[in-house]
Amino acid sequence: MTDATIENAPYAFVRKETLPQESPPLSVAGPLAWIRANLFSGPVNSLMTLVCVYIVVTSVPDLVRFYLIDAVWSGANRDACLADKVGRPVGACWAYIADRFQYFIYGSYPIPQRWRVNIVFAMFALGIVWLLWDRMPLKKVGFFFFFVLLPISAYLLLLGGPAAEGFLRTLLILTFALMAIYLVLSFVPGLARFWIGPAFLAVEEALPPWKRFYRVKRLILLSLVVLGVIAILADSAGLPRVDTGLWGGMVVTFLISAVGIVFSLPLGVMLALGRRSRLPIIQFLSVVFIEFVRGVPLITVLFMANTMLPLFVPQEYSPDRLLRPLVGVALFAAAYMAEVIRGGLQAIPKGQYEGAMSLGLGYWSMMRLIILPQALRIVIPGIVNTFIGLFKDSTLVTIVGIFDFLRTIEATLVDPTWATPTTRATGYAFAAVFYFLCCWGMSRYSIAVEQRLAAGQRR
Amino acid sequence: MKKFFAAAIAGLGLAVTASAASAQAPSTLAQVKQRNILNCGSNTGLAGFGVPDAQGNWQGLDVEYCRAIAAAIFNDPNKVKFIPLSAKDRFTALQSGEVDVLVRNSTWTMTRDASLGIVFTGVNYYDGQGFMVRKKLGVTSAKQLSGASVCTQQGTTTELNLADYFRANNLKYEVVAFASSDETIKAYDAGRCDAFTTDASGLYAERLKLTAPDDHIVLPEIISKEPLGPSVRNNDSGWFNLVKWVHYAMINAEELGVTKANVDEMLKSPNPEIKRLLGTEGKFGETIGLTPDWVVRIVKHVGNYGESFEKNVGQGSLLKIARGQNGLWTKGGLQYAPPVR
Repeated sequence: MTDATIENAPYAFVRKETLPQESPPLSVAGPLAWIRANLFSGPVNSLMTLVCVYIVVTSVPDLVRFYLIDAVWSGANRDACLADKVGRPVGACWAYIADRFQYFIYGSYPIPQRWRVNIVFAMFALGIVWLLWDRMPLKKVGFFFFFVLLPISAYLLLLGGPAAEGFLRTLLILTFALMAIYLVLSFVPGLARFWIGPAFLAVEEALPPWKRFYRVKRLILLSLVVLGVIAILADSAGLPRVDTGLWGGMVVTFLISAVGIVFSLPLGVMLALGRRSRLPIIQFLSVVFIEFVRGVPLITVLFMANTMLPLFVPQEYSPDRLLRPLVGVALFAAAYMAEVIRGGLQAIPKGQYEGAMSLGLGYWSMMRLIILPQALRIVIPGIVNTFIGLFKDSTLVTIVGIFDFLRTIEATLVDPTWATPTTRATGYAFAAVFYFLCCWGMSRYSIAVEQRLAAGQRR
Repeated sequence: MKKFFAAAIAGLGLAVTASAASAQAPSTLAQVKQRNILNCGSNTGLAGFGVPDAQGNWQGLDVEYCRAIAAAIFNDPNKVKFIPLSAKDRFTALQSGEVDVLVRNSTWTMTRDASLGIVFTGVNYYDGQGFMVRKKLGVTSAKQLSGASVCTQQGTTTELNLADYFRANNLKYEVVAFASSDETIKAYDAGRCDAFTTDASGLYAERLKLTAPDDHIVLPEIISKEPLGPSVRNNDSGWFNLVKWVHYAMINAEELGVTKANVDEMLKSPNPEIKRLLGTEGKFGETIGLTPDWVVRIVKHVGNYGESFEKNVGQGSLLKIARGQNGLWTKGGLQYAPPVR
């Protein structure tokens, strides 16, 4: 008996090389299969697909024709957007947006002073990138820049006037004084013994003089640079007072949202902690504040601020007409934020609290180091939700006569210079694009943050 | 003992008068002068009356009224802070002293005059409800609108006035009402109705939003009274007089032919009426707390009433509203000013 080998059975077929791979059948891969799996996987889905296709086919071409193909892109007044003046069907009148674009950004802010707004915008953008972009260095300095230097600079630059200049002078003197103190401390660190304690002092003393206390020194240096630049600008160009009644457009929309966002988060954290506190008075006050604010519509708060308040408060002590809704919006957002954050706090298992306490951490250290970082991460979607709601609610200030971005568009819609049948559709489309971009940007960013922070839970 | 009481009573009386005097707030004019700027309650946007231009400067008939007051007080029409007010908070803002004068196309009515603690100073624009129709209908008067369908905004006095007018004139009509003014004008443009009705000043502004504005005409009939005018608080008659007389000065200037261009020559005019108006004779400006040449400043910076009207709502503007009721009394209109003397 011989082995069944090729030599022994010459006519048997044995493959000597592998076949080239066949592409998968059309029913399981490729565009057709994708369509079948995703769009027509069953009778309900097929029906929905057809309905959606119908909606897209009936609306999109008209929208594209109106907003792009038939649109008018340049012109000086309404004649450019009138069908019988141009002799063709006219869609969106983008020329109107181009003509009023400056007004939509700055409102009635005096033209020679608009560079001040631009500087604040640039600082705001820098601060946002610094804080929100993962790879930027020196996050703590950025934090100081965004939450301390930016509000001060915005106040000095946007408002201006003698009061602001006096404030700037005081701040500069303060900065110089701090710089002098830390210069002395760099060489004679022993003087700081009383407030940093001997252990930290030993660390500082081991360093060469220019590196001692560098964390504080770089903040002082940054303040000095920013305030110094503003002082030089104030000196050369002057910062005459620009009344808040002249502010408008995107400036006001961003201002209201930024103030609301910046103040509502810390306030919300404090209120949420207060509501869960064991101290009865603090808990009671927090509950009363949160429930009261959540029980009134924002419009009521704004009316109270701008229509009723002037009746109780003497005219000379009455706060600024823009400041009142700013405070109202910030407090309003804080109450909602508090409930969102409380949700996060309740999701933290008791073991985390007990673990933190068993490490010997006090209340504030426990909250700051163990509880809040976890709680805030859980409620990022809720926080961003509140931010987006706040950003869109900022349009409500129009009812108390403040010219936010949407109001500036509406104000130009009545202007006969651009009164055409399509002006309104164009103006509101522009507003929609602006609000969509801002809100969408916020939500995309929050998703990115969530993914980054959830890295530890990924398997 | 008697003496003691007398002294006490006298002292008490003194104290009361003293406290009354200190409670008396400084006059509005003094406050405005001290603040060095006029706070003017203005509209948040109404074509021809108060609209921001591309640079963000307010323009319009009501706006120029405020500029005229500022020109009379400060010789600078830009010393005005416009505080845009919504329809809801306009009177509160005036009552609380947030604004010195409210020039915001407010209709002068008895209730407002009598019960809000404010007082209207006059009428700077006689408005009223009117009709717009297509030219090709061949209608020249509202009386010919029998059987017409009329587009109007729901739940406004406009709708009630319309019913009153057609009933009073025994005309048949059909109302097509919409929730917003925007929908209303769109429906009219699309041909859903024969006529469109709203306040006359608004008709001209809405007409510009039609696809072919020139195919439509505004009928001459005005079926309701909407006298629009500025108002002030009713506790300062000096300020009331000043605001009122700024308007009269502008009308008198128009009547006497004093314009922005010729005001300097007019100073040499021998006409006694012009001399009194421009302050070359008599010191009439001082009676309202200003200098004798107050009208010169108004006319130089803002112009007379006719100039302001034509520039903002009349032939010099896109609205092209006819003078009509707002013409001078000498030309068949209602604008009449008492003489300066």
